[in-house]
Amino acid sequence: MHSIPGRRLIMGLFLVFLLLPIYWLVNMSFKTNSEIVSTMTLWPHTPTLQHYKRIFTDESWYSGYINSLEYVVLNTVISISVALPAAYAFSRYRFLGDKHLFFWLLSNRMAPAAVYALPFFNLYSAIGLFDTPWAVALAHCIFNVPLAVWILEGFVSGVPREIDETAFLDGYSFPRFFIKILVPLIASGIGVAAFFCFMFSWVELLLARTLTSVHAKPIAAIMTRTVSASGMDWGLLAAAGVLTIIPGALVIWFVRNYIARGFALGRV
Amino acid sequence: MDKTVNQKAWFLVLPVFLVVAFSAVLPLMTVVNYSMQDTFGNNQFFWNGVGWFKELLDPSTDLGGRFLASLGRNLFFSMVILAIEVPLGIVVALSMPREGWTVAACLIILALPLLIPWNVVGTIWQIFGRPDIGLLGYVLNAIGIDYNYVSNEVDAWLTVIVMDVWHWTSLVALLCYAGLKSIPDAYYQAAQIDGASRWAVFKAIQLPKMNRVLLIAVLLRFMDSFMIYTEPFVVTGGGPGNSTTFVSIELVKIALGQFDLGKAAALSLVYNLIILIVCWIFYTVMTNAGVERKVQAESEPAVEPKPSAALKPVPALKPKEGVA
Repeated sequence: MHSIPGRRLIMGLFLVFLLLPIYWLVNMSFKTNSEIVSTMTLWPHTPTLQHYKRIFTDESWYSGYINSLEYVVLNTVISISVALPAAYAFSRYRFLGDKHLFFWLLSNRMAPAAVYALPFFNLYSAIGLFDTPWAVALAHCIFNVPLAVWILEGFVSGVPREIDETAFLDGYSFPRFFIKILVPLIASGIGVAAFFCFMFSWVELLLARTLTSVHAKPIAAIMTRTVSASGMDWGLLAAAGVLTIIPGALVIWFVRNYIARGFALGRV
Repeated sequence: MDKTVNQKAWFLVLPVFLVVAFSAVLPLMTVVNYSMQDTFGNNQFFWNGVGWFKELLDPSTDLGGRFLASLGRNLFFSMVILAIEVPLGIVVALSMPREGWTVAACLIILALPLLIPWNVVGTIWQIFGRPDIGLLGYVLNAIGIDYNYVSNEVDAWLTVIVMDVWHWTSLVALLCYAGLKSIPDAYYQAAQIDGASRWAVFKAIQLPKMNRVLLIAVLLRFMDSFMIYTEPFVVTGGGPGNSTTFVSIELVKIALGQFDLGKAAALSLVYNLIILIVCWIFYTVMTNAGVERKVQAESEPAVEPKPSAALKPVPALKPKEGVA
């Protein structure tokens, strides 16, 4: 009763549609450039690892992955740690301006990055954070913090209020209750929120590119630059692309059981 | 679940408030400042009042023409992808396997496009669609369809739309799947006993249960497609001509390309205002839906204790007895 006729076929076709372009990228990353340009082959006939080797040995390439991961992790940590208490407050209390504040936060999640690119550039240059991972991590907070608050609020609301009251009766102070009791209870929610912060910070390019020049350049920006400079090194570009997919795939694997719930932002 | 009034809760919200204010309010102030001024370079600014805004909303000027054209294109794009992704997402969610390892496998593959950096999504489709080295472009041309997204406007549009469907349908599907998972089995059993058709089950049980997640899906998809930048920029660069130049691409061109601060700032503010209004409408609808649901939930238990599902056929039989 849950499903519709021909569901295996529909699902199969859709998965093929999703995987085919990715397969083509993987396929290309193992080909030599002459094979890519000269013939149309469905799998690499002369498989090579030269593109991957180049990325892992050339610092200007692999430092991009390190830079990206650096600001993504920083951003996730900042977002979750400021969002947790706020999520608790929104879930449990009513206070002056709470609804307006919630809407304001939500509206920031929707703000176009293009609007903020230039002012962020000015702001972070002025305070000397330009071209550091901190600049990108803080800039990404504008959409990740509201999202984290939104998701975590749903999960905190799922914890019965009696647990708070019992803990306070037992003499727990607020910080102790928060760390010892609440955080373990919503651990899966924190995982989901972290996943989303990671995801949106990892995929964003416009702000990350605008706020960095040399030292903190993300891998995504390095890809675009090198392509225009070296006249289309397709194999290298494909290999770099494949390597950007891997961290995401690993993260999905860890949270696969919570994905669906997290996508409904904890409030189904 | 009545919340208690507690003004001290502000202390818990304060960190979020500070972080977001730092990265939202401060930059926005700069934008407002720029939008009212003109410059001859050299950091000399002078007052321009609402001049930029007038120019922006007047289609006869260069700036206004470009802005309104890109806005129109962007709205059309958002409508098209919503019209494709929402029904497709629902169908995919309904096609999810019920249990076993295939569920996890499908979830992972579905989520995969969402975690690919946006410029790599662009790169993937740029390569995939090329007539010389891409599978899609090669196959299409081989079967006699003249397809080239670099020079043909229609092909460029189709590529950008298919790319967005590829990229984001999973989000709608996963949201709907989450909504479907929350339907208790008893509902389906009751429907089966009543002999409801599959379509009736969808309309009476599944769709209402997905209401809320669908609202979130439409909101997220509309907003994200309305500020789309990276993917079309990588694939088409806004071309051929200006045919796939969306608002964000236009804005970045003016702000970082030409460094026209005043114009860019005015555009930003109008752009932001549109987003804010749409966001507010959705928020109001969503909050109202939440209140309705609560009211329903409070009145429901009396009407519908679960075991009565087994009793349902009895009233259905009674009229027959009457006939006999």
